[in-house]
Amino acid sequence: MATHVETIPRRRGLLARPTAKTGLWGWMTTVDHKKIGIMYGATAIFFFLVGGLEALFIRLQLATPNGEVLSAEMYNQFFTMHGLTMIFLVVMPLGVALMNYFIPLMIGARDVAFPRLNAFSYWVFLVGGLFLYSSFFLGGAPDGGWFGYAPLSTSLPGNGMTFYSLGLQILGVASLAGAVNFIITIINMRAPGMTFFKMPVFIWMSLVTSFLLLFAMPVIAVALFQLMFDRAFDANFFNPALGGDPLLWQHLFWLFGHPEVYIMILPAMGIVSDILPTFARKPIFGYAAIVFAGAAIGIMGWGVWAHHMFAVGLGPVGNSVFAATTMFIAVPTGVKIFNWLGTLWGGDIRFKTPLLFAVGFVALFIIGGLSGVSHAIVPHDAQQTDTYYIVAHFHYVLFGGALFGLMGGFYYWWPKVFGHMLGEGLGKIHFWLFFIGMNLTFGPMHIVGLQGQPRRTYTYPEGMGWDFWNMMETVGAFTIALSMVVFLVNVVVSKAKNEEAGDDPWDARTLEWAMSSPPPEHNFDTIPVVRERDDFWDQKYGRTEEQPQPVIAGGADGHEEHTEHIHLPSPSYFPMLASFGMPIAAYGVIYFNEWSFAPLVIGGGILITLLSLMGWVLEPGTAEE
Amino acid sequence: MSTHEATVEHHTSTGLDNTKLAMWAFLGSECLFFGSLISTYLLYRNRVVTGPTPHEIYDIPFTSVSSFVLLMSSLTMVLALAAIQRGDHRGLRIWLLATAFLGLSFIGGQVYEFSTFVEEGLKLSTSTFGSSFFVLTGFHGAHVTVGILMLLALVGFSWAGRLEPASEGARKVELIGLYWHFVDIVWIVIFTVIYLVPTKG
Repeated sequence: MATHVETIPRRRGLLARPTAKTGLWGWMTTVDHKKIGIMYGATAIFFFLVGGLEALFIRLQLATPNGEVLSAEMYNQFFTMHGLTMIFLVVMPLGVALMNYFIPLMIGARDVAFPRLNAFSYWVFLVGGLFLYSSFFLGGAPDGGWFGYAPLSTSLPGNGMTFYSLGLQILGVASLAGAVNFIITIINMRAPGMTFFKMPVFIWMSLVTSFLLLFAMPVIAVALFQLMFDRAFDANFFNPALGGDPLLWQHLFWLFGHPEVYIMILPAMGIVSDILPTFARKPIFGYAAIVFAGAAIGIMGWGVWAHHMFAVGLGPVGNSVFAATTMFIAVPTGVKIFNWLGTLWGGDIRFKTPLLFAVGFVALFIIGGLSGVSHAIVPHDAQQTDTYYIVAHFHYVLFGGALFGLMGGFYYWWPKVFGHMLGEGLGKIHFWLFFIGMNLTFGPMHIVGLQGQPRRTYTYPEGMGWDFWNMMETVGAFTIALSMVVFLVNVVVSKAKNEEAGDDPWDARTLEWAMSSPPPEHNFDTIPVVRERDDFWDQKYGRTEEQPQPVIAGGADGHEEHTEHIHLPSPSYFPMLASFGMPIAAYGVIYFNEWSFAPLVIGGGILITLLSLMGWVLEPGTAEE
Repeated sequence: MSTHEATVEHHTSTGLDNTKLAMWAFLGSECLFFGSLISTYLLYRNRVVTGPTPHEIYDIPFTSVSSFVLLMSSLTMVLALAAIQRGDHRGLRIWLLATAFLGLSFIGGQVYEFSTFVEEGLKLSTSTFGSSFFVLTGFHGAHVTVGILMLLALVGFSWAGRLEPASEGARKVELIGLYWHFVDIVWIVIFTVIYLVPTKG
């Protein structure tokens, strides 16, 4: 194994190898999955605050009839960017943050399969997000909705929707690279004995999510390229005058968009499936059922997309088929809900903050799931389409569902990542404000939606009977904002208090709790040998006979070498440099019709990325001693 | 992709190489990418409102020849892999360069075809057919170009002794080969769908 490394003639890469492990350069060149996970989480929380601020402006505008806080143009930009931010820059990367940090720890690996590709994913995500937000300062942000329906998106003036097409394209590269990395890590890097059916449910859901990303991202990539060619290079994919078909966009978008819904919810379902057993002090109820239900959702999620398009007139056959598939997908979802209830039933329940969020997830997700099934009834859907009822539904699944699960994950794993507990008192205040604010904001949207209040509309007249509930929704939105202030205060106060967490503060079940908090850089001194599902619990309480001596992954040949010195992948500049070329090339496309030198900018951006990738390939993954 | 994967993770849960699995996953993703582009073309090929229709403009014998050239490059790619598996670096470089040359010939044919079409009045902006034709075949050409760059990089690595030992070098050549064969196979589908399936009118 290591023998051939010495035989390769060594030469310097394009740049001297970075060596810093701490400080700014240490973070910028790191390939450690734990540091990258923290960077993902911090960046996503930052974007959560920005996207939340946009939501507050939207709610201020709609608090009263004929609101004058935002102009119609600004309102369009704010609701579009709010959606894009929360989906692509908050919920997805928060899931990725936890996957990054915990997949290797939970399967007993020292890192992900491709550490530098992992760093590359993060940097591409960051520059993609910044690129998208730079549009606010360059003539206006995207304003055609997160769904970007053509031909509205091809004909809107300004560069906003061109930023949309390129910004999401860049973010898609990050998601695709991450998906490949996690799939290979989970399939190929498990510790000895960690068979597929001994993996924690969070790992299973991460695997399903990664496969969904792998196959959904190229579909939206094609749609976004078509939009880009229409807007910047005068192509006619969506020009109805030349036979361009608006439904093409809708089919491609929702063929990505519906799996995307599960991409956002499945990681949260995985987190909840690990939190509930820990705090109920029982194994998950029906492990195989919950795993297969998750996989079934992942597969069936490809056959329901046209329920987003009932109103366009697909005809009775198409509508009926997609109505039926949509109702069917509620079955595996229901299975999971009963698994969670069965896990809690008869458990020795301790209501710590992570469990509050997990139970909140189950409750709110049931409401969102049921209103989702009501969309599957085609005549009913015709009444709901484009009203606030839809907004209520998807916020119950994405806020009440995904975000509650992810927040629960934050409280659950915080002590492992940072070595100290997040305060329980402030945590509970955070939860209740979050929970009450969430229901106050999105609950009334069911009512005004069924009364006909249209979504994506910047104002409404008096006398429609919507005034009271809209005011309540605004109060709710500010309650959520207050809860996030409590969360941030909790983060700061907990750090100052530094209440030592210990290795296993929750008396938990899975492998990550077996190591110190925070874990050492190399994760495991010796790669563990897994014997049971919930192996750590089994080690603590289950095993009666003498434990076998843990052996090193890789077998006897690598044993001595590894115990003496663990070869970790070394830091690298190139993932970060490679990401920089993308927004540069994208700016070239945006100003293609304005700058005469735009082709040079595009070429320069591509060249930066290609040269960085070349440097990456020439540089060994692990530096010489 | 790098020595890290080869040195630390030579033992994997499935026994399969990480980079090879990753390439397969990526190619699975690429299937959906080209599938979406091909679907778009199928939707639009019979909807020509202005400008030439597909079979007014296609030169099928010419494109058949360049398609044959591209398919032959898969053969030379196989021979390149066989050479490095024997430890024959000179043979490897010859066959890699032959593969790159055949790929370049294909790209040359595509450039010629594109410029002929533009002269005959079919541009990206002419019709939905023009948009979907140029973007589909253009993305395929971009994939071939990336492949050529990787082949030339392999030739350079071989010269610099970076493909030693031969087993490790063969792993890298096989990886690029997977990509190259995929790009060829996709072209078979594209060629059939675009040039051979008749259109209305």
